[in-house]
Amino acid sequence: MIPQTSVQLGTALTTITSADDNMYVTLFVADQLFGIPVLEVRDILGPQRITHVPLAPPEVAGSLNLRGRIVTAIDVRTRLGVEQRPEGAKSMSVVVDHDGELYSLIVDKVGEVMTLASDSYERNPVTLDSRWLEVSSGIHRLTDRLLIVLDVSRLLRA
Amino acid sequence: MDDLLREFLTECSESLATLDVELVQLEQKPNDPDLLSSIFRLVHTIKGTCGFLGLPRLEKVAHAAENVLGKFRDGELSVTPRAVDLILASIDCIKMILAHLEAHEAEPEGADTDLISALNDMANGKLVDAAPAEVHAPVVEELYAEAHVEIEATKPVAAQTAQTTPAKSTEETGPKGASVADQSIRVGVDLLENLMTIVSELVLTRNQLLQILRDQKDSSFSTPLQRLNQVTSELQEGVMKTRMQPIGNAWAKLPRIIRDLAHELGKKIDLQMVGAETELDRQVLELIKDPLTHMVRNSADHGIEKPSERAAAGKPETGTVLLNAYHEGGHIIIEISDDGRGLALEKIKAKVIEKGLASEADLSTMSDQQIMQFIFKPGFSTAAQVTSVSGRGVGMDVVKTNIEKIGGTIDFSSTKGKGSRFFIKIPLTLAIVSALIVECNKERFAIPQICVVELVQSSAESEHRVERINGTPVLRLRNRLLPLVSLRRTLGLGQDEVREDGCYFIIVIQTGSSSFGVIVDRVYDTEEIVVKPVSPILRDIKVFSGNTILGDGNVIMILDPNGLVQHAADIQADASISKHAAIGSATHRDDGQSFLLFRAGDGSPKAVPLSLVARLENIDRDSIEHSGDTLVVQYRGTLMPLISVAGCSNEVGVTGEQQVLVFADRDKNMGLMVDEILDIVEEKLHVDLSTKRPGYLGTSVISGKATDIIDASYYVTTAFGDWFGIQGDTGFGASLENRRILLVDDSPFFRNLLSPLLAVAGYDVTAVQGPTDALKLHEDGLSFDAIISDIEMPDMSGFDFVHKIRNDSRWKNLPILAMSSHTTPRDIERGHMVGFTDYLAKNDRDGLLAALHQNLLNQGGTL
Repeated sequence: MIPQTSVQLGTALTTITSADDNMYVTLFVADQLFGIPVLEVRDILGPQRITHVPLAPPEVAGSLNLRGRIVTAIDVRTRLGVEQRPEGAKSMSVVVDHDGELYSLIVDKVGEVMTLASDSYERNPVTLDSRWLEVSSGIHRLTDRLLIVLDVSRLLRA
Repeated sequence: MDDLLREFLTECSESLATLDVELVQLEQKPNDPDLLSSIFRLVHTIKGTCGFLGLPRLEKVAHAAENVLGKFRDGELSVTPRAVDLILASIDCIKMILAHLEAHEAEPEGADTDLISALNDMANGKLVDAAPAEVHAPVVEELYAEAHVEIEATKPVAAQTAQTTPAKSTEETGPKGASVADQSIRVGVDLLENLMTIVSELVLTRNQLLQILRDQKDSSFSTPLQRLNQVTSELQEGVMKTRMQPIGNAWAKLPRIIRDLAHELGKKIDLQMVGAETELDRQVLELIKDPLTHMVRNSADHGIEKPSERAAAGKPETGTVLLNAYHEGGHIIIEISDDGRGLALEKIKAKVIEKGLASEADLSTMSDQQIMQFIFKPGFSTAAQVTSVSGRGVGMDVVKTNIEKIGGTIDFSSTKGKGSRFFIKIPLTLAIVSALIVECNKERFAIPQICVVELVQSSAESEHRVERINGTPVLRLRNRLLPLVSLRRTLGLGQDEVREDGCYFIIVIQTGSSSFGVIVDRVYDTEEIVVKPVSPILRDIKVFSGNTILGDGNVIMILDPNGLVQHAADIQADASISKHAAIGSATHRDDGQSFLLFRAGDGSPKAVPLSLVARLENIDRDSIEHSGDTLVVQYRGTLMPLISVAGCSNEVGVTGEQQVLVFADRDKNMGLMVDEILDIVEEKLHVDLSTKRPGYLGTSVISGKATDIIDASYYVTTAFGDWFGIQGDTGFGASLENRRILLVDDSPFFRNLLSPLLAVAGYDVTAVQGPTDALKLHEDGLSFDAIISDIEMPDMSGFDFVHKIRNDSRWKNLPILAMSSHTTPRDIERGHMVGFTDYLAKNDRDGLLAALHQNLLNQGGTL
């Protein structure tokens, strides 16, 4: 990644309406830390039995049965265009609700729920890979690493 | 909205639906006291509540109507059709006000003085004989439109209501109705849908528990689990039932529609409804409501004759439209029949020709039943005159499409003068369908049972044998050739498996009028599945109609047969195009061409471009002679070789006439022996199956039939090795041999014709289907000695192409010859201006060879 020229943006960009608004479920994909707003997350799942869907877009890993509901599984690695998960490596899924439909985002690992202060927020560096740029709604500078905020609706818009 | 008001609106919409039905009954049974008091009570309730809620306009109308009804009830006024009209107009007025109330929470402005005074006059006995039509007719017209708005607006409420309130059949109405209402409660559809989901979940959990139990003998859970199993099944059934509604709900508006229609058209129509209590899923019910209404309206409008006509035909003046619904083998059959005039075959024929749906010649070969099927074609409507009743832009084609959309079928029979009868067959529910579970490449898929005709296991020995035409499998099934779709290939799960033993599982599927077989690896059982829509992200995949969760908890995709066959065709087309693009030779797309259809050898039709055929001749078989191992005939002073179509033997020695297609060029003729000339058709050549069989370009669908396209150049080359050679061409010298020629033409036919011609003349030919491909070869660094290009091409015209080459390319100094069917002096001039070296007519093969030769000589050996 390109070294960032840190531009401090006002908090006006991220209007905080409730405490939950800046709480994120963190997850890892190809060693990168991501965050999804906690309000969008419905469930965290371990590895699931997934039915492959022929002819589907490449990032669609298949469909799975989540307590009687059919959930479409999206492989975030494929979506971001990074290399496949190594054979036998464990994966986890974050189930999100988008327009009344459930999607299961397959990631490498799910971390913790984190409250992020708005003053650590940065806009996307313009030099970011276009596939990443598309799904990232901004970046938080944590003390030891960077967290990319995933925009779920754009992630699902293939 | 105010809770009180909402409650009132819901109640009113129920009451008004009942009123519509009851008033029509009242007209038929004017003196039924039960009916009268029920109607009176309903209007009275509406009036009473209006007063309470402070809705003065509504109250006034209801009050005036109630007055008239009161007089009916007390016998002071007699029930006449005119009086009922007036009451119905009041009901419509009430509906209109209610619709406005629902939308705006306030009464609309204005007063209904005309209507009220008419009602008052009626109540006072002043309007018994006077014609009130001027007063209320416009009101009805205007209000009817409003009423439709109301129906739309209150739909959710009405649907909820209908959920739990079984339609009261005619006998149940009246005072008894009240007790029925007490026993039902109103439940939201969302709640029921939600319940259904939860029950599905419960069923799955139950299945898992039972699976665990099976592995553990003598478990103490055994008994309670069995009980749980039973209860779950009952619960599932019960919840399913809540989704069921009597079909009568979809019929409720029909009596009113027929009544209005009969009045408007001056007909006498008796609408009989049988089996209104037949239940079906509310989702299906919603979907068939409109088609049904349209068909009943059609029957009344087009089917039933005017009373005078009926009397003249010796039929009772009152025509009958009968609606009958019943269960039959997991389906619901709805019959709509009338005793009217039946479908007028002649009118249909005239219309078909007028609309250009078929030619007179086509029609003459069709059965009456086939001709009648035209009423389902888009753009067809027999109503000579568009009445306000039918002819609203929906035709029978829409009806058919809607019914087929929910997996139903529609069929009909009609006898002239006796009437018509339509049969609609629809599934009980869309939510739960019976499906066949199949496996392919270790993945399972569901195929809706309704379109599965049979299962066939093929083997090399049996009569059901899978054969391949250029790798494309087909199945011999009872003397017919069934096209096969490989599920594996269609779904991109891998390449076709070619089995040595020829043992395949084939599911024969019928969709609409076409049938085809699907090759799968394994067939499991049929299972009742709960269809769920696929996620929006997957909705573009037309191959699937939905997905579901199986008993074992796995998700499974449901195949859509129509989408499947469509997708298979797309793949086939793509594959052949890329295959041909790779070898730079013939491809499939072309403009419309005239084809001569004929039969030779086996029964399948064959075709050859008409432009190649010089003449059709009948030759006396006795005159056919042998020369070496070819057959020849004396023809126009020369010997003409006769060739039989590849793979077809000819019966020589049989007397009689032999039909021959004569291909002619210069002084040479060649005859292709055929059994029968079938037809000449204009068709866009789309080779569906390409082939490596010599003598055939491939197979294409022409006039709806798979037709082999004959490769004419193959036969002429067979007949005369030097057909395309130049007479006495020895003088051209060997120096031009193996010159590389690039042939650019979008027509595969001309490519196929010219390539051998040029090849025989000693050139090394590369043929491409357009300038884009040609420029690609340029980019790839290929070199040529000359280019021959067509002018009219879809992606880029020959003029633009040559302009591009002349301006900036390695090829800019090459001779470029234009071949075009447009050879006016202007065209030729333009050709030379943009940079063509020569401009030739497309049929001038000698000219082409000469020009090519000349240009290459001029260029010398510089390249």
